[in-house]
Amino acid sequence: MSALASRLVQAIMVALLIGAATFAMMRSLPGDAAWRIAAGRYGYDNVDAAAADAVRAELGLGGPALPALLQWLGDLARLDFGTSLVTGRPVAAEIAHQLGASASLALVAVLLSLLIGPPLGILAGLRPGGPLDRGLLVASTGLKAVPQFLMALVLIVALAVQLRWLPAAGHGTARHFILPGLTLALGLAAVNARIARDAMARIAAMPFWRFAQWKGLSERQTLIRHGLRNVSVPLITYLGLQFVTLVEGVIIVESIFGWPGIGHALVHAIFSRDVPMVQGTALVLGLGFVVVNAAIDLAVRHLDPRVAA
Amino acid sequence: MIRSTFLATAALALLAGPAPAQSDDRLDVVAQFEIQAPEPSTSGYIFTRMGIAETLVNADAEGHLIPGLATDWAVSEDGLTWTFTLRDGVRFHDGTAMTADTVVNALEIARGKPGPLADLPITGIAPGEGAITVTLSEPLAALPAYLAEFRSQILAPASYGPDGAGVEIIGTGPYRITAMAPPLSLDATAFADYWGPPPHIADVGYSGVSRVETRALMAESGEADFVFGLDPASVSRLGMLDSVEVLSVPISRTLLIKLNATHPFLAQPEARRALSLAIDRAGIARAVLRYPEGATQLFPPAVAGWHDDALSPLGHDVGEARALLAGLGWQEGSDGILVRDGKRFALTLTTYPDRPELPLVAAVLEQQFRAIGVELTINSTNSSEIPAGHQNGTLELALLARNFSLIPDPIGTVLSDYVGNGDWGAMNWRNADFAALVRGIARGVGGDRERAGAAAILQAELPVIPIAWYRQTLAVSDRVEGATIDPFERSFGLQYMRWAE
Repeated sequence: MSALASRLVQAIMVALLIGAATFAMMRSLPGDAAWRIAAGRYGYDNVDAAAADAVRAELGLGGPALPALLQWLGDLARLDFGTSLVTGRPVAAEIAHQLGASASLALVAVLLSLLIGPPLGILAGLRPGGPLDRGLLVASTGLKAVPQFLMALVLIVALAVQLRWLPAAGHGTARHFILPGLTLALGLAAVNARIARDAMARIAAMPFWRFAQWKGLSERQTLIRHGLRNVSVPLITYLGLQFVTLVEGVIIVESIFGWPGIGHALVHAIFSRDVPMVQGTALVLGLGFVVVNAAIDLAVRHLDPRVAA
Repeated sequence: MIRSTFLATAALALLAGPAPAQSDDRLDVVAQFEIQAPEPSTSGYIFTRMGIAETLVNADAEGHLIPGLATDWAVSEDGLTWTFTLRDGVRFHDGTAMTADTVVNALEIARGKPGPLADLPITGIAPGEGAITVTLSEPLAALPAYLAEFRSQILAPASYGPDGAGVEIIGTGPYRITAMAPPLSLDATAFADYWGPPPHIADVGYSGVSRVETRALMAESGEADFVFGLDPASVSRLGMLDSVEVLSVPISRTLLIKLNATHPFLAQPEARRALSLAIDRAGIARAVLRYPEGATQLFPPAVAGWHDDALSPLGHDVGEARALLAGLGWQEGSDGILVRDGKRFALTLTTYPDRPELPLVAAVLEQQFRAIGVELTINSTNSSEIPAGHQNGTLELALLARNFSLIPDPIGTVLSDYVGNGDWGAMNWRNADFAALVRGIARGVGGDRERAGAAAILQAELPVIPIAWYRQTLAVSDRVEGATIDPFERSFGLQYMRWAE
C-alpha cells in the first residue's frame, strides 16, 4: 500500500516537473510562436502575416509566463488539458485517440519481443557456450546495432514489397500492426534475449538446480518448476527500462509507417509550437513511465516474495 | 512451455503470412497532407481534392474557369457588381438544399478567416433569386478565380459552429465522408444525390503519410492505389515496375530565391544578376530534381499568358558574374570570399525541410555561390521564418517553392507577392511600371502583352531569382484507370477513375 502511495507522490512530482519543464522549453525556443502555429495550421503555401496576426489575436499569445503556467497547472488539477492551438480540438480527445494507437502498437511490440527473445535466451542459457548461445550473441548484437528506421525499411522491402505478405504502411486492420510491431520487437528482443540468457545461465549454475536434477527431475521439469519464475524477475524488471526504448522507437516507427500515434503527435506539436499538446503528450508519456514501473514493482513482488520482505 | 511459446510464434507468423495483399474494393489514396480538423480554412484542400467539397467556380487543366456550383457569372458595366447564378438541384450531404443563403453564409465565414478572400475589396455578398451578388469597392477581374480556391468551398450551414469554426464537412461533392480520424485518415463513399455524373468507384479512402519513402513503398507494394507527391528517386524506381504507372505533369510552381532588395549587398540589380549567373540551373534540375532542364524565367510554361517564350533566358556564366561583382567594387579576399569596405560577401539563406528537395538545392547553391566568392550559411528551419523574416526585415536570402496558381488565375499571387508586401514574394522591391501593369491586369484592362511586359520587368530586375519549374508526380496502380493530374493541384479527379477491367 505504501508502495502505491509513494508511486502516487512520484506521479504528482513527475506531472509538475514535466509541465514546468516543457513549458519553459517551449517558451525559450527561438522564433515567434504565432508564426509557428500559423505555419502548422495553414501550411507553407498559405502562412503569411495575416495568418500569424489572426493566430496572435485569437490565442492572446505573448502574455507573461507565470500566469500562463499557473493557469495550465490549475486546469490540470481539474483534469482539463486545454485545446490544441493548431487543430482547436481538446488535447485530451486528441491524446486519447493517439495514445490508443500507440499503446496498442507498443503492446503488440512487447508481446512479440517476449515471444521471440526470452525463449531463445533460455535455450541459450541452458547450454552456455553452445552453438545457439554463440549464434544468439551475434544475432542480438547485430539486431541491436541496426537503427530502427533501417530495420523498418528492410522489413517493408522484404515482407511488403518483395513477398507482398503484409501492408507496407498505414493502419486500420490487424495486419497493419505486424511490420511496425516487429520493427520495435526485434530491437527489444535483442536485449531481453540476452537478459534471459544471462539469468538462465546464472540459475542453471546454482546448487538448487543441480539438486533438482539430482532428485530426478528432467531438465524440462526443472525449468518449469524452478527456472522460469527466477528468469522472469530480471526480465520483468528490465521491461520497465525498455519502456524508454519503446517510446523512442515508437516516435520513429510511427513516422515511417504513417501510424497516428502519440510519437507522431508529439513531433508535430513541437514543430508547430502547440504548447498544450506538447505538455499533454509529455505528461502522458511521463505518467506512463510511472504507471509501468508501479505495475512492474507489483509484478516482481508477486513473483519474488523476498523483495517485499 | 518453451514448445508452446514456439508454437505460438509460428502460429502468429502463419497468421501473418498467407493473408492476401490488398484485395478490397476501396480506392486508397495516399498523400503527404495531414487532416488537421474539419475546417475548410486549414484542411480544406484535402476535402476539395477528395471530391467532398466543391467551389462555385472550377478550373480545367489549362486553367480556364469553368462552372462549378455556379453555372454562370457576369459583372456589371462598372466592374463593381458580380452575379453568380447558382446550379439548381444541388444538395448537401446532409440532404439539405444548397440555396443562395447557404452559399452567402459559407462565403461570409470564409471571408472572416485568414485567406485570399479576406484581402479582397469586397463590400458585401448578398443572396438573390437563385444567385448571389458580390459587390466590390474597386474592379477585380479575377474574382471568379478566387471563388475557385479551396477556402471558398461551399459547405452546409451545419458544418460550422456558432463562431464559424468548422465542426463537420458537409459538402456537395460526389463523395461524402463516412469516417474521419484526424490527423491521418478519412473514408468516403459516393453521394447518391450528387448533382453531376455519379463516380464510377463507390468507396475511397485517404491516408496522410508524411514520409515520401513510405508513400513510394506503399505504391510499390500495391497497398495504395493513388499515391501523390513522389520524390525524384522514387519516381525512377517506380517507373521500372509494371504494376504501377507514374504520371507527371508540369505545374505552376517555381523553385526560387527570394532576396532582400534593400540589403546593401543586393540593392543593385547587377548584384542580383551576378547571383543569378552563378547558378547552374540545368545542373540542379538534373542532379537534384531529375528534371531535364532548369527555369529560364520566373513563370513556368504552365502559367499561361505570364510565361513568355520570347524572353531571353536566364543563363549560367561564372566569369560574367565575377565581372559584375568586380564592377560593384567587390574584391577577392584571402579565403576566396569577396570583400568590399572591409565587409565579406556573406549571407544567410533560409529554407525549410517540409519540401525535402529544398535543403538539397540549398547545399548545391552554397557551392555554386562560393565559386563566385559569395559565402552562404544555410538555415533550414520552420517555413514561417521566411514570412516572419520578411516582415521584420531580417531576412537576407530564402529558398522556397511558390505556386502561382493556388488561385487558378496567377494575378492573385502576382499581385500579393510582387505589388503588395507579399510575404512569399519580392522583399523591399518596388517598381512603379510593374505595379501599374499588374493593377491594370487585375482590374481587367490589359491582356497577354501587358502580362509579358510585367514578366520582362521581373526578368530584368530579378526581385527573386528563379531556379527550376516543378512537376507534380504521382503513382497509380494498375487496378485503376482514368487517373489524371490536375496541374492546378485542386482535385485528385477520383470521380473520373474506374476499376481496370
